Amino acid sequence: MVGIFQSWNIALSIFNLCLISAVMTMGANIQWGYAGLINFGIMGYTALGGLAAVLISVDPVQEAWRAGGFDIIMSLWLIVVMVLVIRFVLKRFEKSKIRTYSIAAIIISGILLIRFSAEPGIEAIEAVDPAKTGFLGGFGLPIIFSWIVGALFAGGLAFIVGKVALGLRADYLAIATLLISEIVIAIIKHEDWLTRGVKNVIGLKRPAPYEVDLQTTDWFISLVEKFNSGKLSVIENLADRQAALNQLVIEGSSVFVKLCYSGLFLVVVIILLILTQKALYSPWGRMMRAIRDNEEAANAMGKNVVKQHLLIFILGSAIVGIAGAMLVTQDGLFTPGSYRPMRYTFLIWVMVIVGGSGNNFGAILGGFVVWFLWIEAAPISLFLINFFTTGIPETNSLKAHLIESVPYFRFLLMGLGLLFIMRYRPKGILPEKIEIK
Amino acid sequence: MDFVNAIILLLNYIFIPALTYGSQLALGAIFVTLIYGILRFANFATGDMMSFGTMATILFTWYFQSLGVSLGVLPTALLAIPFGIIFMILYMLLIDKFVFKYYRHQKSPPVQFAMVSIGVMFVTQAVVRIIIGPADRRFFDGEKFIIKAREFKEMTGLNEGLALKSTQVITIFVTIVLVSLLFWFLNRTKTGKSMKAYSDNEDLALLSGIDPKKIVLVTWVIAGILATIGGALYGLDKSFKPFTYFNNMLPIFAAAIVGGIGNPFGAFLGGYVIAFSEILLTYAYKKFFMYILPESMEPNSLVQLLSTDYKFAVSFSILVIVLIYRPSGIFKGKVL
Repeated sequence: MVGIFQSWNIALSIFNLCLISAVMTMGANIQWGYAGLINFGIMGYTALGGLAAVLISVDPVQEAWRAGGFDIIMSLWLIVVMVLVIRFVLKRFEKSKIRTYSIAAIIISGILLIRFSAEPGIEAIEAVDPAKTGFLGGFGLPIIFSWIVGALFAGGLAFIVGKVALGLRADYLAIATLLISEIVIAIIKHEDWLTRGVKNVIGLKRPAPYEVDLQTTDWFISLVEKFNSGKLSVIENLADRQAALNQLVIEGSSVFVKLCYSGLFLVVVIILLILTQKALYSPWGRMMRAIRDNEEAANAMGKNVVKQHLLIFILGSAIVGIAGAMLVTQDGLFTPGSYRPMRYTFLIWVMVIVGGSGNNFGAILGGFVVWFLWIEAAPISLFLINFFTTGIPETNSLKAHLIESVPYFRFLLMGLGLLFIMRYRPKGILPEKIEIK
Repeated sequence: MDFVNAIILLLNYIFIPALTYGSQLALGAIFVTLIYGILRFANFATGDMMSFGTMATILFTWYFQSLGVSLGVLPTALLAIPFGIIFMILYMLLIDKFVFKYYRHQKSPPVQFAMVSIGVMFVTQAVVRIIIGPADRRFFDGEKFIIKAREFKEMTGLNEGLALKSTQVITIFVTIVLVSLLFWFLNRTKTGKSMKAYSDNEDLALLSGIDPKKIVLVTWVIAGILATIGGALYGLDKSFKPFTYFNNMLPIFAAAIVGGIGNPFGAFLGGYVIAFSEILLTYAYKKFFMYILPESMEPNSLVQLLSTDYKFAVSFSILVIVLIYRPSGIFKGKVL
């Protein structure tokens, strides 16, 4: 529809983001719909996925490694040693006040030690050509790998978070995860040696061909010619025809690149959909529902609730991590400043609730519908404002003010949509279906 | 003399700002805790409700300024706050009638309430941004300083100046008055006591003839007063920007939980706990040590435990420590 009204290019970019949103929603849906765990930290996992894309695909910055790599590796070792020491203390000694205090002392002295040992390295790295690099760079591998690494990063963070916070009550867990995601963003924003921080990383490698290369490739030009042979044959003049063809090739190349992305993303969505559907109807899925609906009864039946909660928390977060890496792959740039909780946490939750929690197709539908509305809300509300105020002259201050604030109508639309769905269709558009066999 | 200088330094950069910030957080935290204790849900629209109240106050301030009404040395906003409160309460009651009432009658679980409050958060954010825009706004007027740093230096002959902004004094003064009134209301009046009873045991309270509608109404009225004053004081002291208000929700929640959610006095102290630890841990102590240590031992680095970018990390760490060791908060929660 947008393809006809606006352009195929825009339609495809919306479609790609719809696919990414669908993946994020599936991750959140696993946690909330299957297990009833509330996770308001989606933004943090998305950002970690994006970080993985940077660390995997960017070429290593040799100078920076020479300047400060040793210090950084030493600090990483210190962190590992610190964790091992704490584990050792926890295992060897009985729970007591002395143990608690000594662990606190280990953590504080460890942090101070790491700060002192890493500081010269960090400064040296950030001084290396700060306008272009000023960070360690990555491994220079194809960016597709980052989708898996992003999942690992996000899963790793989820493991730590889950260990600390999963015992909390639902509303405390929501607040705790929200705070953790803010901390993750703060770290990514300000640890310049790792991520370049707010200076952004641009020009990441692509899994798809570049438009400029396509425009000079013969097979692509002939492909465009074939598709548009009807349109081209109308033009008599040879020079005009060549010009028209060139224009078509330029348009076609960006559409083609976006189609490549869509293909890749579709594969991910389909694989995830098959896996999650299988999981939902497996004995494991049944057990998760049992835990969600009655934790105590499931516990009494011998199911390890804590372990399963942790597992599903990690799985869901890992899927969100994949989506985060996909997002950065699509954009080709990593901008830590753009991670905002409204866009990356609460919007995903709207998708889950609207689509139907506990139903994977609902999650995908929610991702598509909500993202489409989120993008198209501004044009739609602009149209509505113009429609209702046709009698009022352009210079009217109220009308001008309304038109100026058109971008914020999307929040209104999302909020009202969420409230209406919660009220009149609390199970979402596609409610959870449980087949009893 | 150096010692006095060091003390003044701490007063100027840590104690007074933290006390001000803590008062602003405390008002928000009491708001969260009241809603949690009586209406029984975590209100994720807290920050945005505060920004709505502040927005109403700003609009009235502009109106009064255009009329030429002012309070002289005091900011005009003080005159506008009561009108802002009325608008805030009306907005809250409207939302309660159309949104929360239904779920209260359904006896929905708290998680569902939290989800609904996210819907309210989206709507409120949209309303604020559509009406006043997302920009950073200052609406302070009147005398800015009570004591200027330079005057203080001349007066006492010390190296360090002590600047006392009038907004800081107003914030602390208003908070003390408001909180004492609130505790008097909760502990001494019949309505306040019935609110405590309702929060403690709903069924028992209903049996003894307490009108739940009245309780809910009074709760929203108090919440409206707290949200507007807390938000307006924060806006006067710093500036008004909808996004900052949304972010302030996190330390406010941390304060409420640290103090024991459902317990207003705990929330009040929790605000100061969070504010002081945030500022104490992110302040660079270099100058302080330069005063108290002999010259040979002066530190080279900034002596800053954490960079200011990790403010959230401080509130979160406190939250985690408190939740692990005292799950019900420093003061036991849910007693109102």
